[in-house]
Amino acid sequence: MSCMWKFLKPKNSNLRLWQLALLALLFVFWHVMTTPGLIPPMMFANDNQAAFFFGEPLKMAARVWAWFVTDADIYQHLGITLAETLMAFAIGSGLGLAGGLWLALAPMASSILEPYIKAMNAMPRIILAPIFSVWFGLGMGSKVALGVTLVFFIVFFNVYQGVKEVSPVVLASARMLGADARQLLRHVYLPSATSWVFSSLHTSVGLAFVGAVVGEYLGSSQGVGYLILQAEGSFDINTVMAGIVVLTVFALALDSLVGRVETRLMKWQPRSGETEKL
Amino acid sequence: MTAALDLQGVACTFTAKHDPSQRYTAVQNVSLSVGAGEFVSVVGPTGCGKSTLLNVGAGLLAPSTGTVRVFGQPLLGINQRAGYMFQAESLMPWRTALGNVMAGLEFRGMPEQEARAQSEDWLRRVGLGAFGDRYPHQMSGGMRKRVSLAQTLVLDPDIILMDEPFSALDIQTRQLMENELLALWAAKKKAVLFITHDLDEAIAMSDRVVVMSAGPGSHPIGDFSIDIERPRDVAEVKMTPRFIELHQAIWAVLREEVLKGYQQQLKAA
Repeated sequence: MSCMWKFLKPKNSNLRLWQLALLALLFVFWHVMTTPGLIPPMMFANDNQAAFFFGEPLKMAARVWAWFVTDADIYQHLGITLAETLMAFAIGSGLGLAGGLWLALAPMASSILEPYIKAMNAMPRIILAPIFSVWFGLGMGSKVALGVTLVFFIVFFNVYQGVKEVSPVVLASARMLGADARQLLRHVYLPSATSWVFSSLHTSVGLAFVGAVVGEYLGSSQGVGYLILQAEGSFDINTVMAGIVVLTVFALALDSLVGRVETRLMKWQPRSGETEKL
Repeated sequence: MTAALDLQGVACTFTAKHDPSQRYTAVQNVSLSVGAGEFVSVVGPTGCGKSTLLNVGAGLLAPSTGTVRVFGQPLLGINQRAGYMFQAESLMPWRTALGNVMAGLEFRGMPEQEARAQSEDWLRRVGLGAFGDRYPHQMSGGMRKRVSLAQTLVLDPDIILMDEPFSALDIQTRQLMENELLALWAAKKKAVLFITHDLDEAIAMSDRVVVMSAGPGSHPIGDFSIDIERPRDVAEVKMTPRFIELHQAIWAVLREEVLKGYQQQLKAA
């Protein structure tokens, strides 16, 4: 018994195992609690009600399987959602970078616009979705626009901060080395700001995804958000759950992709615990 | 002969950003000139405005009154003929060692291949030939200072401004760097304005040592010519009788100012 515990005790080497075990446990718990007739009903009067409200993991898995393998009809929706996410992310970051650089380097403009920026940031911007639907229609445009408004401010504030916090010594040094205003922007402000953009990348990719899905959910004819909306309309909780799981997996995948790009581009930045020195 | 860098009657008064009535005069009535090929050190108590003077000479800071001339020409904006080695970290963290050395040449529009060749040559001269692809965070403090040195010297400036460049280094690395700097300087004979708080370093390296009074309104109160033969070794020269003589003479002037500066800091605290 004790030898078995020695093997199972949580430690770094079997971390992944424990994480998977936890996931399995969660699904087993879900299965046991919802499958009609498996255990006597506790919360509900009727045997089928738990399954109606919470779905059943096996049926949900079957749904996912059908989407990806037997019917293979989710790829189009997934492609739309991902395209919206990437477009929102690219446009939002680009605008945020440009706006942040501009306002950080033009103190007067930044003073004038300050209350408006504060107001725009404080506003719950999801509420713009209905307006965007009217302006850009029910296609991809309105979803991208929603994502852009979410991503823009994250990147904008980070770039603004990044430019403000450029080391004055590095700046003076670059000027002494003969950099003119354009070269300062290109070789000092921009690289410094990019590092801040990357530090906000995880958040902004997540928000671009939120913008796309919420946009679809509020009104669309394709995309994963649309699938969830359709299923909800017919009380098909298993499909709703399946949609949530698929979205979560893809959000995780996007996040790890960002992590990879970040390590590649930001290799000049010291990471804590890195001891490579000579 | 016109001086490489000539400050006449320079004063710098700073006002507090939110309260213009609060003003502080860092330096006042400073006249200082550095001849072409001359190595001049400025010593003084902490907070006496040594760095302010250097920034004025670099053109990063315009003096409140007084004139600055570079080889006879009044200085407007950045001093194009000067290289500046800062006390704090000044390397661009997103560029490799080689990229940092190349930066100045790139800004001047030199073709990349030529800039790379010259920069690699300078990295070798400061003993970092094999470390060109390292980022600043991957190097030790001493190595970063060498990169800064190469970055400044690759542009072949006529005036070199140095603000306590080696103060953050340990004593061995420091002596090594000081000797290297002297060797590089002897080969090219640039005008050097060297700021330090270390009197030993100042005497060992310079042709002339200028002593500043304690702030506020600090100004030169002593100007000593260092007539010790070159080439010198910074460690060995400290043992010679002439060095000790000069040290005593300058310290006699500096001592009182250091104490004054210390008293003021105590009062302010």
